[in-house]
Amino acid sequence: MKLPVSWLKDYVNINISVEELARLLTLAGLEVEEIHYVGWAMPDYAAGEKHEFKTYGLSWDPDKLVVAEIREVKPHPDADRLVLCDLFDGKDEHLALTGAPNLLHLKGTGKLEQPLKVAYAKEGAEIYDGHKEGQVLTKLKRAKIRGIESYSMVCSEKELGISDEHEGIIFLDDDAPVGTSLADYMGDAVFSIDILPNNARNVNVLGIAREVAALTNQPLKRIDKKPYESSGEAIAEKVKVNITNPELNARFVFGLIRDVEIGPSPYLVQRRLRLAGIRPISNLVDATNYAMFEVGEPLHAFDYDVLAERAKGKPVVITTRTADAGEKLVTLDEIERELQESNVLVCDEQSALALAGVMGGLESEITDKTKNVLLEGAAWNFINIRRTANHHNLPSEASYRFSRGVHPALAEDGVKRGLYWMQKWANGKVAPDLVDNYPLPPADPVVTVTEADVKRLLGVEISAEEIAGLLTKLEFSTQVEGTSVTAATPPIRMDIGEGIVGVADVIEEIARMYGYDNIPETRIGDPLPPQVGNPVHDWEEKLRDQLATLGLQEAITYRLTSPETQERIGMHGEFVKIANPSTPSKGVLRRSLMASVLEVVEKNARLRDSLAFFEIGPVFVPNKGDLPDEPRKLAIAMTGRRQPPAWDVSDAPVMDFYDMKGVADAFLAGLGLKNIVYTPADSSLMPGAAFHPGKSAQVSVDGIVVGAFGELHPSAAEKYEFADTPVLAAEFDLSTLRGVQPAYEITPVPAFPPMLEDIALIVDEALPAAKVEHLIRQTGGKMLAEARLFDVYRGEQLGEGKKSLAYALTYQAPDRTLTDKEAAKIRKKIVKRLEYEVGAELRG
Amino acid sequence: MLEKLNEIQAAALDALESVKDSEALQGWKVKHTGGNSALTEVFKGIGKVAKEDRGKVGKRANEVKVALEAALTERAALIKEAELARSLEEDHLDVTLPGRPFRHGGVHPATQTLRRILGILADMGFQVYTSREVESDEYNFQHLNFPLGHPAREMQDSFYVESEGERDNPLLMRTHTSPGQIRAMREAAVGNPDNPPPIRISLPGMCYRYEQITSRSEIQFNQVEGLAVGENITFSDLKGTLSDFARRMFGAHARTRFRAQHFPFTEPSAEMDVECFLCGGEGCSVCKKSGWLEILGCGMVHPNVLQAGGYDPRRYTGFAFGMGPERQAMLRHNIKDIRYFWGNDSRFLEQF
Ligand SMILES: [Zn+2]
Repeated sequence: MKLPVSWLKDYVNINISVEELARLLTLAGLEVEEIHYVGWAMPDYAAGEKHEFKTYGLSWDPDKLVVAEIREVKPHPDADRLVLCDLFDGKDEHLALTGAPNLLHLKGTGKLEQPLKVAYAKEGAEIYDGHKEGQVLTKLKRAKIRGIESYSMVCSEKELGISDEHEGIIFLDDDAPVGTSLADYMGDAVFSIDILPNNARNVNVLGIAREVAALTNQPLKRIDKKPYESSGEAIAEKVKVNITNPELNARFVFGLIRDVEIGPSPYLVQRRLRLAGIRPISNLVDATNYAMFEVGEPLHAFDYDVLAERAKGKPVVITTRTADAGEKLVTLDEIERELQESNVLVCDEQSALALAGVMGGLESEITDKTKNVLLEGAAWNFINIRRTANHHNLPSEASYRFSRGVHPALAEDGVKRGLYWMQKWANGKVAPDLVDNYPLPPADPVVTVTEADVKRLLGVEISAEEIAGLLTKLEFSTQVEGTSVTAATPPIRMDIGEGIVGVADVIEEIARMYGYDNIPETRIGDPLPPQVGNPVHDWEEKLRDQLATLGLQEAITYRLTSPETQERIGMHGEFVKIANPSTPSKGVLRRSLMASVLEVVEKNARLRDSLAFFEIGPVFVPNKGDLPDEPRKLAIAMTGRRQPPAWDVSDAPVMDFYDMKGVADAFLAGLGLKNIVYTPADSSLMPGAAFHPGKSAQVSVDGIVVGAFGELHPSAAEKYEFADTPVLAAEFDLSTLRGVQPAYEITPVPAFPPMLEDIALIVDEALPAAKVEHLIRQTGGKMLAEARLFDVYRGEQLGEGKKSLAYALTYQAPDRTLTDKEAAKIRKKIVKRLEYEVGAELRG
Repeated sequence: MLEKLNEIQAAALDALESVKDSEALQGWKVKHTGGNSALTEVFKGIGKVAKEDRGKVGKRANEVKVALEAALTERAALIKEAELARSLEEDHLDVTLPGRPFRHGGVHPATQTLRRILGILADMGFQVYTSREVESDEYNFQHLNFPLGHPAREMQDSFYVESEGERDNPLLMRTHTSPGQIRAMREAAVGNPDNPPPIRISLPGMCYRYEQITSRSEIQFNQVEGLAVGENITFSDLKGTLSDFARRMFGAHARTRFRAQHFPFTEPSAEMDVECFLCGGEGCSVCKKSGWLEILGCGMVHPNVLQAGGYDPRRYTGFAFGMGPERQAMLRHNIKDIRYFWGNDSRFLEQF
């Protein structure tokens, strides 16, 4: 909400600076997001001094910008569209040149009977340039314009920074005191205040004034309860109201004012409305808006004569009800709206007149010709209004307030205030009484809080008297009894609950008034709960580190994706679907983390020559109407060169299956896993047809399948825009992987030197290397510390269908240095076993 | 013969003078001391020398051999030294050529920030509690004191999930990690409903809001919440705990301020601002000239939330807080576009 601070001053004395006021409001939950100065002096910050708010705008020099009066408008000798104003600034007479179109009609009419009050800028005044786009500062200088010397001017709203209006100069109200500085007369600072959902009572000047009064210990200047004299026939004879559903419409108030004279409202009113973000229209419309801004009750003005005519001489009977199926209404924006059956309507006996609390109808709207006004103030169900306004996409000042909850008590205050202004600005005669149908007054909760309650929640000791004092400032009626305070909620707010909830609500108000700043900072004195840690979380973090250490980059992708992108890897099946996706590309939850990580590789394919990404996170599996399963996965995708190219090495080898396997080996070992077995991937266990059937493996630990990896299936790969290098990918199930996670012991570092030896074995091509290694290890027994394959060779001299596997063997005893003889014995055993089991032959 | 030996020695030493590198030295060695050298010929022919001269010639030949070897060693040392000096002089690199690159491995900046936050909270006794990302309306809203139609729900526009469940309890992507608060309290209370234990947990995880994705808003973001429940937890504890946190997170001199806020699940509620660590509070573009940065929302757990968690609000109190790690990373590293986080562009990720 935009709030001109000058308006606040109507209701509370402000004895602190604008910035200090903004700070107090901000700490009390009415966050001032920025301060827009329109005339008042802006604070001058020294270098290094702390700003607290975003501050901008224009300060008006009190000596150079003053109220003046134009006494005569004379023609310019050489220019038709310029005039010369005889003007008095309280001290001196001046001749000011202007091209304002709203003075042209007075040109050459002689001395004005009623001088025009204007905003006068003297030589040297700093204002905005009216002829330039936006707000460009300019300083008034002496100049000759078409032969006439000019050094001063009369200002438009744009030049003073009040609005963009530059069609003509401002005409101030007739009672503006000539010679007074403009800043004193109508300077301002406008707060942009963020209104919280529980702060509906404060979307108005009076509400914020109440907070300011409470925070600064000033009295609140209340609005007169009997503000006007009434005359003529009482309204009760003319208008009746039926409420069909009090849950939706707790109160409905009508006032009637006759013989209004439509015209503009006073300039100061227009200025305030503009600063508050509302366009001034006429004194009647402005009166409804002005009263709404003051009191917080949105008002609606009907043309009484239209309603009387529709009632054909009988009293006007107004009914509030929900819409019928198929019912329509032309709202005042001239749009015919198809109504929902939950929409509440204000109707007469013929048809609907207005969409309650949201927007009036076109037919009964007040116009330039309106003579008699029926002014409505009502209380509507905030949830219903919220839905209606959202459905019809009709955000308005009225629906903004009603959809946050306006206390029904304000309906009467609002109508009276609106009538008061109409009577004052449009010379209307208010009919006696109001029509007031109030079937469902809210229960304003009465809450008892004790000193102990306050201490328990806030940690500070505040006496019952002080508690009562703080609440009284916010207009609670309080009663102190010993250490407890009974507080009755004032009939302006609907955010205080009953019982223990009410206690918390009231304590928040106590804390706000006591000042959050004044509550001390302490450390928790309550016992620390048993510290149990979160092993699953810690383990995942360790896994991330393992992978990062291996040169893989963690990615985090959207959980929301599309079936098409997931299905590129041949993933088929049911997805968890989003009922209201913001875009079709994010219509389901991912089922394959691997598909998501492959997208990351695709995205970076042209950026880097060597890519390796991983992600850890959930996938989502539908669960028949129940909450979906969210198993956590690890996915890896890699492609490109083993090393990024250097200036002297541009053709590092391209990563293949074994690079992926190396990563798997390393991170699994890093997790302390042993008994890892790789077998050709069983395609029935794969996520769809993701992998190349001959270049993929599944990984088991202790016989349990924990994941799979391999080169991407060519027909999957072609659905992506990858570079030309093979793409490797993997997906592991984390809860399975964690299930096989042992508590592992490390092997001691041997104290005696190892014995190293290489052997090369010629075996059949079809024999898996793992089988050979298994036999070597098994036969080598405890003394064989390591067997590492270091070469695979195929060649003519080996013969067709043969390969040579060369292993580096490390013999090691824990308690002594092995002799050559002992080593030779083990080696002989290994060779013999391999000859016997798989027909291996020692390569010479 | 002795004459010849003198000549041999003179010629060899003379030749050695002109030897300038190891290769030539090797050649000299072969020529003057090798198997075919004149000196070796002398040794071979020593048997043919007259008996009475044999001793003299032998002695002299040995002297020559020793002299040549000594000269060789000396020369070799000189040459080695000269060669090293030459090679050091010649052998230098262009140190401005780029180093050989490694592929960048690392954890995502969002994870890094999460770890920092969770680490500090863990030191303060708040232990990690994780829970599911697809939730029911009941857990995401109703138990957290957002009744149906509550205006605050609009601040958290949701992605709903298609399901065959009840209409008044639809499934949705959690809009905050707060449903975990209910789950954690219920888990703790279930074993001892009359006397549930105190709780101190941090709740990290991905949350979702229905938004248009722009440089300033995302549909998915991490959140870390904290929850402390006990029989003696106060708003002043909340202030103290979070100010401690801010000093750990933002530096020993970080100033904090608490201002009134509204959240349905806490009452009283507050927003904690930290003095802008970029401008020191003077006002800059990051803090929008205010000198303060909004860092987290907090408050005393609402009685209805305690009740929903199985903790009697007449006996227990608690505080809760929530913050956005990505936002903190953005402030810290001056990241202007929130889409960088899930964009996973190498050029962004490699900078962390
Ligand atoms: Zn700053």
